[in-house]
Amino acid sequence: MQTVFSIAIDALAYGMVLFVISIGLSVTMGLMRVVNLAHGAFAMIGGYIASYAARDLGLAYGFAIVLAVFGTILIAIPIERLLYRRIYGAPELTQVLMTIGITFCIIGIANYVFGPTLKTVPLPAQLQGSVDLGFRAIATHRLFAILCGLAVAAALWYAIERTAFGVKLRASVDNAAMAAALGVRTEIVYAVSFAVAVGLSAFGGVVGAELLPVEPYYALRYMVTFLVVVSVGGAGSIPGALVACLLLGGIDTTGRYLMPEFGEFFFYLAVIAIICVFPRGLAGRAKG
Amino acid sequence: MTMTTTNDLTTQTPAKRRFGGSDLIGLGVILALAVVGYFLFPTNLALLTRIIALALLVLSLDLVTGYCGVATLGHAALFGAGAYAAGIASAHYGINDPLSMLAFGIVAGAVAGLVCGAVILRAHGLPQLVLSIALIHLFHEFANKASSWTGGSDGLSGIAPSALLGLYEFDLWGRTAYVFAVVLLALVFALLRLIVRSPFGMLCRAIKEDPIRIRSMGASPKAALMKMYVISGAVAGVGGALNAISTQVVGLDSLSFTMSAESLVMLVLGGTGSLFGALTGTIVFMFFEDVVSAANPFHWLTMVGALLIAVVLFAPKGLYGTAAAIVARRREAK
Amino acid sequence: MQPIFEVRNLKRAFGGLAVTNDVSLSMAPGDRVALIGPNGAGKTTFVNLVTGNLAPDSGEVRLGGEAVTGIDAIGRVRRGLVRSFQVTRLFLDMTPAEHVALAVLQRDGRSGRLFGNFLSMPDVMDEVGQLLGKLGLRDLMHRKVSEIAYGQQRLLEIAVALALKPKVLLLDEPAAGVPQSDTGRIEQALSDLPADLAVLMIEHDMDLVFRFAKRVVVLAAGVIIFDGSPSDVTQDPRVREAYLGSYANASHAA
Repeated sequence: MQTVFSIAIDALAYGMVLFVISIGLSVTMGLMRVVNLAHGAFAMIGGYIASYAARDLGLAYGFAIVLAVFGTILIAIPIERLLYRRIYGAPELTQVLMTIGITFCIIGIANYVFGPTLKTVPLPAQLQGSVDLGFRAIATHRLFAILCGLAVAAALWYAIERTAFGVKLRASVDNAAMAAALGVRTEIVYAVSFAVAVGLSAFGGVVGAELLPVEPYYALRYMVTFLVVVSVGGAGSIPGALVACLLLGGIDTTGRYLMPEFGEFFFYLAVIAIICVFPRGLAGRAKG
Repeated sequence: MTMTTTNDLTTQTPAKRRFGGSDLIGLGVILALAVVGYFLFPTNLALLTRIIALALLVLSLDLVTGYCGVATLGHAALFGAGAYAAGIASAHYGINDPLSMLAFGIVAGAVAGLVCGAVILRAHGLPQLVLSIALIHLFHEFANKASSWTGGSDGLSGIAPSALLGLYEFDLWGRTAYVFAVVLLALVFALLRLIVRSPFGMLCRAIKEDPIRIRSMGASPKAALMKMYVISGAVAGVGGALNAISTQVVGLDSLSFTMSAESLVMLVLGGTGSLFGALTGTIVFMFFEDVVSAANPFHWLTMVGALLIAVVLFAPKGLYGTAAAIVARRREAK
Repeated sequence: MQPIFEVRNLKRAFGGLAVTNDVSLSMAPGDRVALIGPNGAGKTTFVNLVTGNLAPDSGEVRLGGEAVTGIDAIGRVRRGLVRSFQVTRLFLDMTPAEHVALAVLQRDGRSGRLFGNFLSMPDVMDEVGQLLGKLGLRDLMHRKVSEIAYGQQRLLEIAVALALKPKVLLLDEPAAGVPQSDTGRIEQALSDLPADLAVLMIEHDMDLVFRFAKRVVVLAAGVIIFDGSPSDVTQDPRVREAYLGSYANASHAA
């Protein structure tokens, strides 16, 4: 029972971190139809910035997060302007190559600047230790990650369903040409979505640093994990992404607990099985 | 544009598409380069042999990506399967005849091609890509776990190929291995030239353009792509087996995502949808790697990334494809 | 005569709305039938049901006396049910000769061959030359499709379909998008279609329908409301209502 509970909490925390990082990818993929393999690299950049700010500069955790989010967005803006702009609407293979090229560059640079070692983001005292729920104790940090995931999901839901920007976003995802014809300035919608996606990714990278340790190969190691969330959940679908994250988080965590010697074997097997059964994603429409 | 106007503009001679002039020139270039390489780098034949093994992987990838339009980041699975099969045959079963090891490699590559094709072709677009990445990780994890067979992360050692045809020992300088490699590459290249021009090759090109249209002509795109995957697997298997025979070890890196991605980079660097492009890309990339990673291994990945971005931005048809397009334009202008 | 192609009580609904409702149709070899109907009548759905790209809720499609309802689109093509596309779907990087050769090789079960080249297969080249010659495309046979005129692409669509030696040919608006000056060539090609071939043409252009068809079938709101000779169709009260009345209905529904 103890194990089941620990697995459940860890799976939930892991799934929520996955959600925070991948949801931006999902929305931008649904919106701009770009297969972005470099998304994880932005989470990694966020992790590095936060680690540098909190560990080397000794800044407060909250401040480090803010710095990481805005710093990563700042780094991403020129990349979007100079590189991503060129591949909107390009064939898939071109997008794959460009974004994997970006990923390799970021890894190489991170390796050069920060070295190949693992970087930690020191937690503030409030997030260390555990919270007593009466019948069980939970690591405070896990609870924090779960709450962050819920907060992001709720905020996104509100932004997309209840704001004017959300209406424009949904219209652009649905049919960009039509939205533009109706006066939606799609390039602004794209730019804002891209920035939010990168920011969320960086946020997830920092909050999830305990679960997904920050190191140069982070961007490659978790590339498939983030992409799989999108392809399983269906691009552009928030509920789809949430379900996919919890499902994959559950499978991965259970595998690690019960069969650590098999590494990620079962995770990848599950990924293949899920995609084979739902080739268009959980939220995608079934074939007619 | 009405029909009458274009009708007058026509009458062109049919482009000969049989195995003929350009193929013989291609083979000649390969053999000439091989001879030049032999005399230019007599102390580094191992590198040249490795380049040829990887060229076979890239040719194999070109078959599914360049000719059929399947985007995959897991193609090393086919190469690694060939390498491990050839290695295991020698290390565990004492099958040391190089040609038998090669046969094991080809069969294992083809079987891996069948498995990968069956999985990857179930989806399209992003899910297809994710499947290919998940597959290569799965193969990698599997080889890592089955360490009693594969040697796990230490690599598979104890591969001891006997003399080729019972006559030529694999020498310390790698001369036999190099000649063996060149002969294999020439054979595979000639065979693939025939295949890409065959009715089947034409069918695959059509599938790449419009699979739905092909269905309405009564052909099954999936069956054709599966067949191509098996052929591709056999070719990659040749490369894997060659690598196992020539280096006498097989490492987990031959089943890695990095190798899959690098082979895609090589293909795109040279130009997809052309066998010469695949060869050009491999040669350029491997020499580049040899120079850069010797000078500064830290920057190798950054350089590959930058190279990739540069190719996408400035030479989307790849080095060979761009050069061929320039030559064709010159010819047309005349 | 034994019908070569038959549709019996075909039904298909989308979300409760019957788009094809109890449609029955029968054709004999050599028939020239035009299927017409106002926009939204369900013609596209009907074509998809017949070709096997969509499964019917109930009903049957028969080809040469055999029920093919459970057979997929590819299998139906192999049994002789071939369609052309309303908007040309050709392989832009390939030549007309390659298109027709591919169809010929596919029909003969030779498209999977790994060796040889169709240019050096005399029987294939003969057939390719003959077919393209008949449609006036012979001079263009080695040019890329992307370089030839749209009207010629439409003719090539017909050539590809004919190369498959169909028993039943479904022509989806064969002259759509072709400039007026070029429609003559297409009409010529249509009147030269093999005499024993059953042809079902979906068409908007009533001039073409009257010149081509010996029989007209009118589909409206998923139901066949008329099946008879072209000379009677304009006089039929239900057809008149469907076409003239549909204007009001359509604007109402929108």
